[in-house]
Amino acid sequence: MSVPVIQIQNVSKTYEMGDETVQALDDVSIEFQHGEFWALLGPSGSGKSTLLNMIGCLDSPTSGKCLIDGIDVSTMNDNQLSDLRLNRLGFIFQSFNLIPQLTVAENIALPLFYQGKDDVEGKQKAVDLATMVELGHRTGHLPKELSGGQQQRVAIARALINDPKIILADEPTGALDSATGNQIMELLTELNKQGITIIMVTHEPEIADFATHKLHMRDGVISKIERPA
Amino acid sequence: MRYQSIFKTVTLGLRSLWLHKLRSSLTMLGVVFGVGSVVTMLAVGEGASQQALEKIRKLGATNIIIEAEKSTTNSKVRKRMSIYGLTYNDAQSIAETCENIRHIIPVKFMAKELRIENRTVESRLVGTTPEWFDLIDCELISGRNLVQFDQENESAVCVISEKLAREVMYDKHIIGEDIRIGGKFFKVVGVLKSPESVDNNSFAQPTDVYIPISTFIRRFGDVVIDTKDGSRVWEKVELHKIIVQSDSTDNVEKTAKSVEAMLASKHEHKDYKVSVPLSLLKQTMETKRMFNIVLGAIAGISLLVGGIGIMNIMLANVTERIREIGIRRAIGAKKVHIVGQFLIETLVLSFLGGIIGIACGVILPWTITKITEMPTLVTSGSIALAFGISACIGITFGLYPAYKAASLDPIKALRHD
Repeated sequence: MSVPVIQIQNVSKTYEMGDETVQALDDVSIEFQHGEFWALLGPSGSGKSTLLNMIGCLDSPTSGKCLIDGIDVSTMNDNQLSDLRLNRLGFIFQSFNLIPQLTVAENIALPLFYQGKDDVEGKQKAVDLATMVELGHRTGHLPKELSGGQQQRVAIARALINDPKIILADEPTGALDSATGNQIMELLTELNKQGITIIMVTHEPEIADFATHKLHMRDGVISKIERPA
Repeated sequence: MRYQSIFKTVTLGLRSLWLHKLRSSLTMLGVVFGVGSVVTMLAVGEGASQQALEKIRKLGATNIIIEAEKSTTNSKVRKRMSIYGLTYNDAQSIAETCENIRHIIPVKFMAKELRIENRTVESRLVGTTPEWFDLIDCELISGRNLVQFDQENESAVCVISEKLAREVMYDKHIIGEDIRIGGKFFKVVGVLKSPESVDNNSFAQPTDVYIPISTFIRRFGDVVIDTKDGSRVWEKVELHKIIVQSDSTDNVEKTAKSVEAMLASKHEHKDYKVSVPLSLLKQTMETKRMFNIVLGAIAGISLLVGGIGIMNIMLANVTERIREIGIRRAIGAKKVHIVGQFLIETLVLSFLGGIIGIACGVILPWTITKITEMPTLVTSGSIALAFGISACIGITFGLYPAYKAASLDPIKALRHD
């Protein structure tokens, strides 16, 4: 078996919340293989979002190791982590997180700006991706002029522009009605079929059913893992 | 960051500033006022010092001017004849005792009527030596200046100003003509270009007629009879002015001191006034410098307030856009990108403010000159300085908000509402 795309080894995370110490993750170990589609399930406060942020190099573990492509990210500095996010990861958020003053095309092309690839080719790529998510006719619009589903499709296009190996989705359908949510999930399933590893946090079982693998969490520990038969 | 991405960041900065037009323009006002007042202040200061330099150029940096002045100390009895001012002896003594002197130019004045054929004009008769003509630096239009020969022979010759020549002779050739000055005949040997109007900063006046001082003494003497309030007043003044030329600007103040000391020992009353254009200039410059310091402090405070205003707004801006910062960090922006983004916004604000300020700083002095006729001069140096100041403000007051934005924790920033 090849090197797992993500390895979480004995990861713990504690937060200081006022006088209290919160144990968000408690000695969690899990491996994600290339091309898998995982749903992280659990009630709020179970640690699923913390785990996702850890994988996304937005948060660092208090103890334990987090490896991406076999490389330990806990020893990386801020710039190296930024580069990793920029070149290997794609993020999709519950609240879309588009930049309000930029147009659809500019939002999609934003990662290219930080890669230094925001040239004519890059702009064409952004337009192509907008067309792929069926927003080719709205590239000049501002996010506030789009519906929730459209905004999330822009966010997906943005997550795809740097050809990531992994897409991290934090409740991607949380702010959408179920029909729109299903469209988004179909899009993600399609991307997974093209070979992109997807890790998705959700608390809706019917959304989780789109995933191939399920990870249930409770109180900072893994309570159940469901793999396809 | 590459050139192109700097350009993109600037465009982005301009766009987010444009989103808050009113706020951005109010923020800029502080810098506009600050830079505007710096440029205006420097323009006014520069104009004034140019004017002072022009004045010194006319009066001469190496000159010491001694003028006769009616003593202010009241004489016990009202004499019929008041005797005051400088004497021939004074000029002689200065020449003998004081060092570092190149020329001593004695001058006598008297108001006289100038007459040719049946036309008369009022003139100022000036008795002096040939060095006078170097001093006044007026262009000779025709004929010649007075020379040493005229002086020695007490010749009845005169050099008249262009204005007088025009008034008495219209366009006709005046050189060689005999004119009557105070009833006595003089031959016109030269015509000088003179100031068009009375200029207190200049030795020469529009109505001047110059004759050798020896001739003046012989023909007109020292006594002037004036009819005042129905009674006659006799006034005896030997010399109205002595101009002492020092050999260098370094020695002029030292020479002035010894001249003054010499005169003080000889005159019972202080019936003369010694002025040194160079000292006057130094004084003016010193006053100007104080003025500049005060104005500079005011402009500095206004720039500081402007800078703090920018910082305040940028901090609010950062707080308002915490989420945007989080998004950018999540998709891979480095800290340096965030610093760059916010720093460039501040720089754009301060540069725009600077440019508008410079425009104000150019228009305002121009208006001042138009209205008050006070000379002003906007130099490229002051514009460069103002530009530098606005850049410094942008960097100084932009760094902290930019740093604050970049050091936000990406997750906390993302979750911020």
